[in-house]
Amino acid sequence: MKTLGIVFGNIHDDEIGELTAVRSIASVPFGGRFRLIDFVLSNMVNSGISKVGVITKNNYQSLMDHVGSGKHWDLSRKNGGLIILPPYGGGDKDLYSHRLGAIKNISGFIRHCDEEYVIFSDCDNVCNMNFASVVQSHIDNHADITLVARKKNLINQKPRTIMEVDKSGKVTKVVNTTKAQGENIVFANIFVMNRKFLLNLLETASELGYVSFTNDILAKGCSQYNIYSYMQDGYFATIDSLGNYYKHSLELLNKNIRDELFYRDGANIYTKVRDSAPCKVGSNGIITNSLIADGCDIQGEVKNSILFRGVKVAKGAKISNCILFQDAVIGEGSSLNCVVADKLVTVLEGRILSGHETHPYFISKHAVI
Amino acid sequence: MKKKKCIAMLLAGGQGTRLFALTNSVAKPAVSFGAKYRIIDFPLSNCTNSGIDTVGVLTQYQPLVLNEYVGNGEPWDLDRSYGGVHTLPPYQAKKGGEWYKGTANAIYQNLHFLNEYDSEHVLILSGDHIYKMDYSKMLAEHIAHNADCTIAVIDVPAEEASRFGIMDYAPDKSVTSFEEKPKIPKSNHASMGIYIFKKDVLVRELVADEADKSSVNDFGKNIIPKMLAAKARMYAYQFDGYWKDVGTVTSLWEANMDLLGDKPAFDLDDPSFKIYSRNQPLPPSYIGETGKFINSIMTTGCEIHGTVINSVIGEGVTVGKGAVIENSIVMQGTVVGKNVKIKYGMIDEHVTIEDKAQIGDDKSDKTRIALVGRNSVIKRGTVVPSGDIVDNGGQE
Repeated sequence: MKTLGIVFGNIHDDEIGELTAVRSIASVPFGGRFRLIDFVLSNMVNSGISKVGVITKNNYQSLMDHVGSGKHWDLSRKNGGLIILPPYGGGDKDLYSHRLGAIKNISGFIRHCDEEYVIFSDCDNVCNMNFASVVQSHIDNHADITLVARKKNLINQKPRTIMEVDKSGKVTKVVNTTKAQGENIVFANIFVMNRKFLLNLLETASELGYVSFTNDILAKGCSQYNIYSYMQDGYFATIDSLGNYYKHSLELLNKNIRDELFYRDGANIYTKVRDSAPCKVGSNGIITNSLIADGCDIQGEVKNSILFRGVKVAKGAKISNCILFQDAVIGEGSSLNCVVADKLVTVLEGRILSGHETHPYFISKHAVI
Repeated sequence: MKKKKCIAMLLAGGQGTRLFALTNSVAKPAVSFGAKYRIIDFPLSNCTNSGIDTVGVLTQYQPLVLNEYVGNGEPWDLDRSYGGVHTLPPYQAKKGGEWYKGTANAIYQNLHFLNEYDSEHVLILSGDHIYKMDYSKMLAEHIAHNADCTIAVIDVPAEEASRFGIMDYAPDKSVTSFEEKPKIPKSNHASMGIYIFKKDVLVRELVADEADKSSVNDFGKNIIPKMLAAKARMYAYQFDGYWKDVGTVTSLWEANMDLLGDKPAFDLDDPSFKIYSRNQPLPPSYIGETGKFINSIMTTGCEIHGTVINSVIGEGVTVGKGAVIENSIVMQGTVVGKNVKIKYGMIDEHVTIEDKAQIGDDKSDKTRIALVGRNSVIKRGTVVPSGDIVDNGGQE
């Protein structure tokens, strides 16, 4: 059951503009020491997939810096391993504006692989799931395409791909909509295909001038192809706005979610190792209900927050409901509430900053306040 | 292949009997230190930070955990296609095989390794000291002096001098005397057990030492005094940073405590001289609503619901509600139950301390540390008095 993994490294970049101004969505920091792509890469590796292509388009310096040779995910291999797939050729901007275009652009790569199955995943999914069982269900169903889906109670109106599924799990209808309300089966942007089926599909798509994976292939293909669903019911967060990012980050303060995300059946989430010193809390440091990464030096008060590696909080500073990225320095007596601070932010002494939990106050990289 | 300028030989076979339960099933260099490290991380990281990319690690006593830990050397950037880290256990050869008899014999038995790399100089290190040192500066002095052997020295308090190998040197740094553990020390320059030899000189001396049946094959007792007597070019390299021999439970405790405080005696937070280690892929540590964490350090994967004061907490440690840990070291994977009290305790890896147990008592201090060995289980409500050692031989 050899499976090739493909990660869409830039998909949905625009929806979370603040955090992706200086990086691709794949390398958005998450959970105190991780980047979003760590989840999908670890899921692949923990599922026995040892060849993973990452499709990139723009702003991928920080992603390259993060993944390096792939060794931290055990993806530095003689055969396969981590393969970065940057844009190839020139001119044709349209190639990358859709998922289908991105896949078409790497069809040469896919053709030269010899894996029987291909699993595709976005990298803005925060979950710890076993992809091997998705592929197994794909095989058991003799499916052409298997879509990972989850039941979700929809409240706000956003573009989504929703589907209808019969008793056997076969997908009978797929629609792209912004209007869905209430409980729906939502496509989780993870899917499996037989590699050969995929290559044929790409040829057909070219001939027929298809541009959209969901509209042209899934929506039109329900009667034509064997499309099955795989219901994922564990913790699953999609990061598609700053508010959402903030909300899902702070969910990690819940032990059950931490256990599910970081320890499920011994499957850990791997990340680039930074070799920071242990975190240090001083005599006046007070920390409650917070996640603190290595390299932090806490002399002030920290509550309901997530502190990434190397954050320094001076005496008398008060941090509550905040997410502070790597190497933030918070000066004496400053007070921060509902703040998301990007990397290397400096907040000088006595500053008072506050956002709201639905609209956290964002400080961009390198800013000095 | 281009010859290496200097390779390192790291003596990591010591049992460390004065660490008692901590070294029942692991070699001393593999003992945990400072929340996320093991002792061997210090010499290995020093090598990497000094541009030395070839290290032979000589193992003998309980090598399994150590071998597994060092692995291919990747965490220290010592996974090299030419060079890198090599573990060198004693082995059987055609003429028979034997255990390493002394520090010099251990190197002697690996002359093939020295000859294979044929570097100009060889750095000899031991695996039981906590310090950060740029060996390249010592090597530069060694080369400038055209020395046969350069010995790193550190000044120790006069009252402690008789525990060490004590040297004296002239203003040009040439060594004038060397005495192993003298009753009346002539100076307070103590040998740190770090030597750089010209490779050819080292090979010659090791072969001669091996032929001398009266020798105990030890650098400090045999090789150095003999070379000095023969008027070899021997120089001292004066080191003045932090350096701690962690051969006893008390000194290991002290070295851990030296990491605490606003201006710690030994500061690990230095991006230009990182200490590398092999760690588990765990999320950051969580401090809960009832957790208090005061003047202490910890690393990833901890869950703190009790009170931790002046302590060092290792990877993935859980501290239950109502527990109070003071002046203690808790090593990786240990679970501390609810309402447990620990005072001046040293708790090894993967220990389970059930609810309401007590480790240490009012008589505890740094000379009467309660020690709980690896994989032990302390039953609910049990009291382990100060100075006691609980040990199940490291059994899982």
